Amino acid sequence: MASAGGHWVQLSRLVAAFDGFDVQCVTTIKGARAPCGGRPVAIVRDGSQTDPMALVIMFAQLLFIVLKFRPSTIVTTGAAPGVFAVRLGKLLGARTVWIDSIANSEELSLSGRLVRKHVDLCLTQWPHLTDAYPDVQCFGSVI
Amino acid sequence: MFWVGHLILLSVGTQLPFDRLVRTVDDWAIATGRSDVVAQIGPSTYVPRSLKAFPFLAPQAFQELQLNATIMISHAGMGSILTAMEYGKPIIIMARDHRRGEHRNGHQLATAERFKAVPGIYVASDERGLVEHLTRLAELTGSEKLPSRAPASFTDRLRDFILRA
Repeated sequence: MASAGGHWVQLSRLVAAFDGFDVQCVTTIKGARAPCGGRPVAIVRDGSQTDPMALVIMFAQLLFIVLKFRPSTIVTTGAAPGVFAVRLGKLLGARTVWIDSIANSEELSLSGRLVRKHVDLCLTQWPHLTDAYPDVQCFGSVI
Repeated sequence: MFWVGHLILLSVGTQLPFDRLVRTVDDWAIATGRSDVVAQIGPSTYVPRSLKAFPFLAPQAFQELQLNATIMISHAGMGSILTAMEYGKPIIIMARDHRRGEHRNGHQLATAERFKAVPGIYVASDERGLVEHLTRLAELTGSEKLPSRAPASFTDRLRDFILRA
């Protein structure tokens, strides 16, 4: 799961990690090609704190996708829909991975700080940030 | 779409307006008589007079423009920066400044600072810096193409974690 734009580009760079798995990609803008897996990309509404109705719709769409696909693992590069995806996934028994955007070089994103204690693996792309957050690891960056 | 000669692509993402960037590029295009600038301006409120501007372009059409662009101009968003690096295109970036209400926080300023030493990435700290880069457009060169996949050291570890389920 990744929002359109930079989050999606970063997730697309990680597809080698999912080779051979049954993958359902999810994003927020229609028309994107799935970078991996044979399934068409699923679309959810993009939401932010300022639009509660969009959040409700996004949550319902994610719930539908997670219940239908029943993922064993959910990997997200953010942003807001990724927070909902991993929290929902966790409740429904999936393992969850949050990968904070490479854009967040000075501190973890707000979304990352919200989810870091609730995911099974939380990654930053900046090694120096692992000092600030003991439960966050760094496997390197997407570039 | 087929473009003869230059194509300059301006993009500011789809979520927030960035009038300061759109206006500066539009003013420059008018002053220099350029009609080869295509712009994805999102919800920007400034109405360009010279740019071929669209609030939003479908992913495939946008990707085609990125592939055909001789130069990219954008906010300091990772989508544009990574794509420019993958395609080996020169890119001029100007960060959204949260103190001017252009974003929720200052992460784009940090991104611009972190990427300013990367070949092919030209950081404009303000409108004047942007115009200076635009004036030297013909001299800007892209970097060597970045492979389209993250380093295996990253994806192997991620894959291991998923397999341990």
